[in-house]
Amino acid sequence: MSAYEVVIGLEVHAQMLTASKIFCGCSTRFGAEANTQVCPVCAAFPGVLPVLNRQAVEFAVRTGLAIEGEVRTVSEYSRKNYFYPDLPAGYQITQYELPIVLGGHLEIEDEQGRRRRIGITRIHMEVDAGKSLHEGIPGASWVDLNRTGVPLMEIVSEPDLRSAEEAGLYLKKLRALLRCLGVCDGNMEQGSLRCDANVSIRPKGATTFGTRCEIKNLNSIRNVQRAIAWEMERHIEIVEDGGSIVQETRLWDANKGETRSMRSKEEAHDYRYFPEPDLPPLLLTEERIAKIRAALPELPEQRRARFEADYGLSGYDAGVLTAAMELADYFETALGVLREAGFQDPKGVANWVMGDLLGYLNRSGLEIGDSPVSSTQLARLLIMVLEGTISGKMAKQVFGQMCASGGEPEAIVAEQGLAQVSDQGAIAAAIDAVLAANPAQVAQYRAGKTQVMGFLVGQVMKATKGQANPGLLNTLLTEKLKG
Amino acid sequence: MNPVHLSLTEAARLLADRSLSATELTRACLEAIRQQDATLNAFITVAEPQALAAAEQADQQLAKGDAPPLTGLPLAIKDIFCTTDMPTTCGSRMLKGFLSPYESTVTRRLRQAGAVLLGKTNMDEFAMGSSTETSHFGPTRNPWDPERTPGGSSGGSAVAVAAGLALGATGTDTGGSIRQPAALNGITGLKPTYGRVSRYGMVAFASSLDQAGPMTRSVEDAALLLQTMAGHDPLDATSIPEDPPRYADSLERSVKGLKIGLPKEYFPAELTDAIRNPLHEAQELFRRLGAELVPVSLPHTSYAIQTYYILAPAEASSNLARYDGVKFGYRCQQPRDLADLYCRSRAEGFGAEVKRRIMLGTYVLSSGYYDAFYRKAQKVRRLIADDFAAAFREVDVLLTPTAPDVAFRLGEKTDDPVAMYLSDIFTINVNLAGLPALSLPCGLHEGRLPVGMQLIGPPLGEEVLFQTGHAFQRNSDWHRRRPQPVANGAAS
Ligand SMILES: [Zn+2]
Repeated sequence: MSAYEVVIGLEVHAQMLTASKIFCGCSTRFGAEANTQVCPVCAAFPGVLPVLNRQAVEFAVRTGLAIEGEVRTVSEYSRKNYFYPDLPAGYQITQYELPIVLGGHLEIEDEQGRRRRIGITRIHMEVDAGKSLHEGIPGASWVDLNRTGVPLMEIVSEPDLRSAEEAGLYLKKLRALLRCLGVCDGNMEQGSLRCDANVSIRPKGATTFGTRCEIKNLNSIRNVQRAIAWEMERHIEIVEDGGSIVQETRLWDANKGETRSMRSKEEAHDYRYFPEPDLPPLLLTEERIAKIRAALPELPEQRRARFEADYGLSGYDAGVLTAAMELADYFETALGVLREAGFQDPKGVANWVMGDLLGYLNRSGLEIGDSPVSSTQLARLLIMVLEGTISGKMAKQVFGQMCASGGEPEAIVAEQGLAQVSDQGAIAAAIDAVLAANPAQVAQYRAGKTQVMGFLVGQVMKATKGQANPGLLNTLLTEKLKG
Repeated sequence: MNPVHLSLTEAARLLADRSLSATELTRACLEAIRQQDATLNAFITVAEPQALAAAEQADQQLAKGDAPPLTGLPLAIKDIFCTTDMPTTCGSRMLKGFLSPYESTVTRRLRQAGAVLLGKTNMDEFAMGSSTETSHFGPTRNPWDPERTPGGSSGGSAVAVAAGLALGATGTDTGGSIRQPAALNGITGLKPTYGRVSRYGMVAFASSLDQAGPMTRSVEDAALLLQTMAGHDPLDATSIPEDPPRYADSLERSVKGLKIGLPKEYFPAELTDAIRNPLHEAQELFRRLGAELVPVSLPHTSYAIQTYYILAPAEASSNLARYDGVKFGYRCQQPRDLADLYCRSRAEGFGAEVKRRIMLGTYVLSSGYYDAFYRKAQKVRRLIADDFAAAFREVDVLLTPTAPDVAFRLGEKTDDPVAMYLSDIFTINVNLAGLPALSLPCGLHEGRLPVGMQLIGPPLGEEVLFQTGHAFQRNSDWHRRRPQPVANGAAS
């Protein structure tokens, strides 16, 4: 197995977050009853014509600029012709010879901190097709055209990815970028982000490409990785048995955990592309592109650099925190609450977010957006630590309860009497009682065996149920022992 | 005089001064249709109740004064424009009975301007043909000689106007489908600049070539109808954003000093005297009116037919893919499976000419042939447009024959598609270049078969066409000649 390397290119279809479809005014809302978001334009009735949604163009340009691609001032729509019941016009409007964005790249980083630049060939705009429904209708199929005409961006990577893991990292990175740009919600389960993978293998060190297979129907990052790993094994097995790979399109069956042949190259469609005569070439002025560039939000890479510079975080920490916009926002909101209260502790907040919070979310299978502890609540918990109201150890306990029950940190501390005892009198009384009960250890200390100090501190802590302010306890105990 | 023979402009005057009512006029047209259309077959749908209701409303509007410009004028609509109150068939079995839920921009504008729509006219199936013989609803006959074709594909509209069944009509022109039938029926037809009139709601044949326009009895009428039809439409991305000028203003301009180009490629040695002689007389008339006749050359003219029969079928093959038996229109009985549903619905729903062009278009777009055919044709199209651009640096307008011959006999060319395609030899270039062109009557061969003259203008040059054409019609009366009414059952 180690004799081969896998070569992967991804074609990602991202549904753009426009309110209406790309060539008509129908809604793009997900989950509506079948065929309730359909008009004569998206159903391709005779004589109707497409009118371009400007927002979709803006989204594609925004994405092109963010990956540092070339946004073309002249691009063109084409028709891709084929018959399918969920394709009402008999053709899909897409971009072919002149896409809106050419070139670009995305940088990925693995857990060892190794960075790799993955090339992006092009981004083009196209429309989604409808959906065929085969279940529960014996001998018949129904067609739902709600999705028909929903604007998609197809983001085509170079064959630069070298493992299933890298493919996953690339997808995560791309999804974070699209979300940050506000152009796609990145929801793979609802199909707003879909991926086809081109996979081939070659002997390690080879420079030519092997025969590739395209795997379709990948609807989660996990499935992308599983499918690639499975397909890679299949290729290796065939090659090692002296066979050769047949170029074909394959479908991923997530239930069986395998790919199967969909159609071979011989049966491949002849799409008869030609320029769409109902739409003039798409012209973008340099001014318009510049305006869109000026309005770009802070991108994940820029934010990461700022986190390192402004907050003194390590590259790794900054990378984790900026991998998702929501996580970075969470972190910065918490920092803001701390700042309001007069504290600066970015490293401490980062540790809490990356350690306790992400740990909990991962174990529970939750996204940051579903976190039971809000950024403000976490910040208020940390403020109690910084103010000395509770110990760091206590804070972990309180955080656990906040996750479980969703309560406010102050209320949990108060209800359970977890606040630190900083009352000198109470601590002094506890010390007196401990010293009285342990005369031998006191004598040893006074004879110079200062190691028994630890034992005495432990006894006082035990007496105060761990709530004694450690600093105060040390000072008072030292004084009493001298006395 | 029977009001059905009035021009739109004359009728509008009579309606305005209340010496004629819209209802009377509409009834007269419906009566003429009853008298003649069983023979002529110009209409696929006659919408009598809707037309009478619209006429009544027009009379109320006229009584109030300040009625919009087309109020009460009865028009015939080519059955390619979608209408919500009558079926749109496009001459095909595929769309027989199809009632669209939307209105085409052209008919919407005409209705808003007060026009009375009498019904939908016969046409070659999906506008593919030059004789109105490929219609699923039977051929239309030429009122000048019912044994001859009216040309096509807007044959029904041309006949409705020529025979006095309607005062004006809409047509569409992809390769000559307004101008050639206008010439063969002795009426005036205008193909405007591509994009001047919205294509929204007009069933597509070849999107980059299709253009709607008026078919009327005079140039003045064409200007009147175009004024309403033209203008930007946000529903058509290819429609020209600028507002149209006031076309009536261009009509009275003198042609003195106007440079009229005579492209030598449009007057080949083989041109019949039937066409050559009337055109020669027209040139002499223009000379007398003070225009200057200038010989010009359009060197790529001879490639037009080939170029057109690559590009138009290519677009058509794609535009017609939606007729698959799934969502609307014709569906075959008892399909075995999906492929059978597609194949039989299309095999049974489309006629021979449509199938021929779909196959041709599929072929020229297929991988391995695209570069040799489609891409090359696109390049030639550019050269043809460049020829015109060069000519319009020398002259203001071009004068050519509209069709190579007078109306041909029914069935004469139906078995020879190439011969049929050649009837558009003088009109196709204009569509490839996106230019405006006008056809107007300039003679009657042997006293009974009309001959057409074509005037071609530069982009958005409709005004110079109206100026030139109107000058001709003020100084001749070919456009006032009418065929004898045909009796029902006149043709065998
Ligand atoms: Zn729609």
